Amino acid sequence: MNAPLPGHTVSNPNATAQALLSVDNVSLEYRTPQRVVRATHQVSFEIDPADRFVLLGPSGCGKSTLLKAAAGFIQPVEGEIRLQGQRVDAPGPDRIVVFQEFDQLPPWKTVKQNVMFPLLASKTLKRKEAEARALHYLEKVGLAAFADAYPHTLSGGMKARVAIARALAMQPKILLMDEPFAALDALTRRKMQEELLLLWEEVRFTLLFVTHSIEEALVVGNRILLLSPHPGRVRAEVHSHQYDLHSLGGAGFQESARRIHRLLFDEGPSEQTERELDFTDIRIAY
Amino acid sequence: MSHLSSPREEFENVLPPLANVPLERELPLGQRLWQQGWIRKGLILILLAVLWEAIARYQNNDLLLPSFVQTAQALYGGLASGELLGKVWISLVVLVKGYLIGIVLAFALTTLAVSTQLGRDLLSTLTSMFNPLPAIALLPLALLWFGLGQNSLIFVLVHSVLWALALNTYAGFLGVSETLRMAGRNYGLKGMRFVLFILIPAALPSILAGLKIGWAFAWRTLIAAELVFGATSGKGGLGWYIFQNRNELYTDKVFAGLAVVILIGLLVENLVFDSLERVTVKRWGMQR
Repeated sequence: MNAPLPGHTVSNPNATAQALLSVDNVSLEYRTPQRVVRATHQVSFEIDPADRFVLLGPSGCGKSTLLKAAAGFIQPVEGEIRLQGQRVDAPGPDRIVVFQEFDQLPPWKTVKQNVMFPLLASKTLKRKEAEARALHYLEKVGLAAFADAYPHTLSGGMKARVAIARALAMQPKILLMDEPFAALDALTRRKMQEELLLLWEEVRFTLLFVTHSIEEALVVGNRILLLSPHPGRVRAEVHSHQYDLHSLGGAGFQESARRIHRLLFDEGPSEQTERELDFTDIRIAY
Repeated sequence: MSHLSSPREEFENVLPPLANVPLERELPLGQRLWQQGWIRKGLILILLAVLWEAIARYQNNDLLLPSFVQTAQALYGGLASGELLGKVWISLVVLVKGYLIGIVLAFALTTLAVSTQLGRDLLSTLTSMFNPLPAIALLPLALLWFGLGQNSLIFVLVHSVLWALALNTYAGFLGVSETLRMAGRNYGLKGMRFVLFILIPAALPSILAGLKIGWAFAWRTLIAAELVFGATSGKGGLGWYIFQNRNELYTDKVFAGLAVVILIGLLVENLVFDSLERVTVKRWGMQR
């Protein structure tokens, strides 16, 4: 049993319940034709129910690899990942992933059939109930009018919303999102972050969200795990439950963003007073 | 960037709603007609027929080159007497049998190839060995093994369809994006269900291309085999019709038989495969 991590979520301060997802000392490797590369090294964290947990770090810190391991696509070489106490060793419908690429929606199914697909494929529901649930979640993301359209006729933001509706309709134990808004334009991205937070207010799902944007991490998450690259190791865990989309540009927000930037890029505190980084202008990567 | 001259004035426009400007216009009738593929292709066919008639009249030798009109008359005669239609039916029945068996075997081989390493090696070795082998070269062997019945024709047909279709289907399966595969595995699809629900629809453009190629090989192999093979139990197919009429020097009937071969090819390509593409890969935006 792990010792409780510092900075536990505020939503359940008297947490006696078991963590929903526990990643325990996990090291991940991947093979290239020439070598075996270590992507993450002894990473540990725990996610509680209804957390919005963010994995944040620059390129090469293994955050997407960690998400795929949590989903069951990759086996850890060291350590283990447990979902509600059960070891994760294969992909399954209780951990639905929302991917980044636009082609995650099968183009041969209409929007409604796409949202029904996990329910039918995993034999969770019969056709009628699956259809009712699909329409319900399509309304939540505002796409009820496009239920019979094919994905190739939709815009990028609409496709992302269909992917989110598809994931939520399955009512998984944990929702895994791998930089889902990175390929969208900035305006749509803002809108999608807002909609995701509103959906969370309503449904209270548990979220594991991967991003490379400090701003997105502070807005979307309530706990942020910072990973340093080559190989990925846990640098810090930071609170962000006090921030939402309206905090952008605020003093506390800026301070947290600077602190995260410092933690990730290890600049000494003496240098920091010289440069005033204003985070409404500067991005690490977009 | 000069700061000496004053910058241009800012302005705002009040935009009234556009009431009378049509935001969509229909294309003129001529352009819309020209968009229809069959009209354009029909014009090409008519042009070719006129050219043929002109050359035949210039040659003036019925035996060597009957004209378009003579061929059309022979065709009409053959159709009216029911002889041509009967022979076409015999050919098509054999073709469909061989084609379907070829499809089933191709899918079995490809499914094996995507699931196991051995299957992959088997597929690549077998296709590289047998794909270059013309099916008609196997006909004497088939006659030895299966005798003078339909089965030897079906054997040869299966060979002509199987390798091209298996190659295309396998290439299509390999081209399915990693994200779609992960999504399928995410929802708990494995094995046969994974192939059926994710791989086959995602690879459908390649599969359709393989089906078209397989059909073309099968049709030409069948006609060629029937030319060589002759009649079984007194009823031959279209190839036999062409062969018999060549022997009796009815060149216009030969041309009529060839025209039927071409017409069936055109019909299947444009009617069957095009419609199939229209309701599947074109509707889904997977192919232009």
